[in-house]
Amino acid sequence: MKILLPTPLRQYAGKQSTIDVEASTVGEALKVLMSSYPDLRKHLYSDEGKLRAFVNLYLNDEDIRYLQADQTAVKEGDTLSIVPSIAGGSF
Amino acid sequence: MAGIAEKVASLSNEEILRYSRHLIMPEVGMEGQLKLKQARVLCIGAGGLGSPLALYLGAAGVGTLGIVDYDVVDFTNLQRQVIHGTSDVGRKKLDSAAETLREINPNIEIRKFETRLTSANALELLREFDIIADGTDNFPTRYLVNDACVLTGKPNVYGSIFRFEGQASVFATQQGPCYRCLYPEPPPPGLVPSCAEGGVLGILPGLVGVIQATETIKLILGSGEPLIGRLLLVDALSMRFRELKLRKNRDCPACGTHPTVTELIDYNQFCGIRGDEAAAPKSMTDISVEELKKRLDRGDDIFVLDVREPHEYQICNLGGYLIPLNDLPKRVSELDSSREIVVHCKMGGRSAKAADFLRQSGFTKVHNLTGGINAWAERIDPKIPRY
Repeated sequence: MKILLPTPLRQYAGKQSTIDVEASTVGEALKVLMSSYPDLRKHLYSDEGKLRAFVNLYLNDEDIRYLQADQTAVKEGDTLSIVPSIAGGSF
Repeated sequence: MAGIAEKVASLSNEEILRYSRHLIMPEVGMEGQLKLKQARVLCIGAGGLGSPLALYLGAAGVGTLGIVDYDVVDFTNLQRQVIHGTSDVGRKKLDSAAETLREINPNIEIRKFETRLTSANALELLREFDIIADGTDNFPTRYLVNDACVLTGKPNVYGSIFRFEGQASVFATQQGPCYRCLYPEPPPPGLVPSCAEGGVLGILPGLVGVIQATETIKLILGSGEPLIGRLLLVDALSMRFRELKLRKNRDCPACGTHPTVTELIDYNQFCGIRGDEAAAPKSMTDISVEELKKRLDRGDDIFVLDVREPHEYQICNLGGYLIPLNDLPKRVSELDSSREIVVHCKMGGRSAKAADFLRQSGFTKVHNLTGGINAWAERIDPKIPRY
């Protein structure tokens, strides 16, 4: 499956926008991602290991909070998007 | 609205000619054009997003256009804030924007609010408008606009940008989700690069601001499929538009079934920003550009460390040793901890982080250059460009 990284996080993943991983759940996919790019961890998870409240994860076009969260099953061809909040506008 | 509708019942011949291309389309027509004329839209910010927003809404004939802004036009704005021109540098953005809009369409009423949108004035301001278009540039104001829209029942036409990437949606409608359904909490300060550090492709606010203008006009006309419950992601580099589903969160603190946000709060505190610390942190270990100049001229042994990116180094530099902030942890061995180090970046934000990191790594003689190379360009060496 494919993980799409947003612009602000690409710098922590070798400037890549898309990363292919093999996994069976969303949680596993993220684990694989963070083991390859450990710098991403603090941007995605709090010190207590919770997904940060300003980072949303979408499996294809659906928010995983409304699926089975980390446990959501993934299959070949799925796309997991990491969508953090951005504030820019008038700058 | 009924009272206003009676007051503005028709278009003048000049207006009919002006809006001809709207009037001959059944989707707008005379009825739609009158709706536009009666509509009152408040643009928060006359910057990157606010420029195209206000320009197109004004040209389309939105009858009352409010603008909230307290900023002054700067040279660095001109690359994307197309409502302002070169001769406007130094003027209030409100005055410059109003002048441009009056030239585009003298038939509309422009209401200028020269103020920062705050918890104290937001509800009162919003009440006089039908739709709010959020073109702000910081998290506290984003949450303030959202909560004020939820509390007053006004749709929040949202747009946000970072470098090459934008987001747009319509929040806080009766049935749809609000910004807090999407992001319950803001990121802690410092984790997301600041505006001046992050940069933005000039066309991107144009793209996203025009999407906001489109959504605003659709809401006024009551036609089409508004971006309610959908988050549009725009990536200008790959030129891909993606759409994600948004749901109204029943537990949302602002618009859920048992809201806890029943009045506006202190949004700086909510976003973890404490008073003056939000600006450049000052400490004993800071050094001013004047002091650095004096000490370099005196021949003191000072190692200047530049923690900006290589492409920024190409714009201008002080001849410092370049290690971008993100590379510092893995390249720290290149530095000599026995020497006195002055760290600088563009404005002092990244170098403060770098200095903290170096101190934690055992460096004892580290100073952060307050105001960065921009301060040096302004106060020491005018030959160096400010950016």
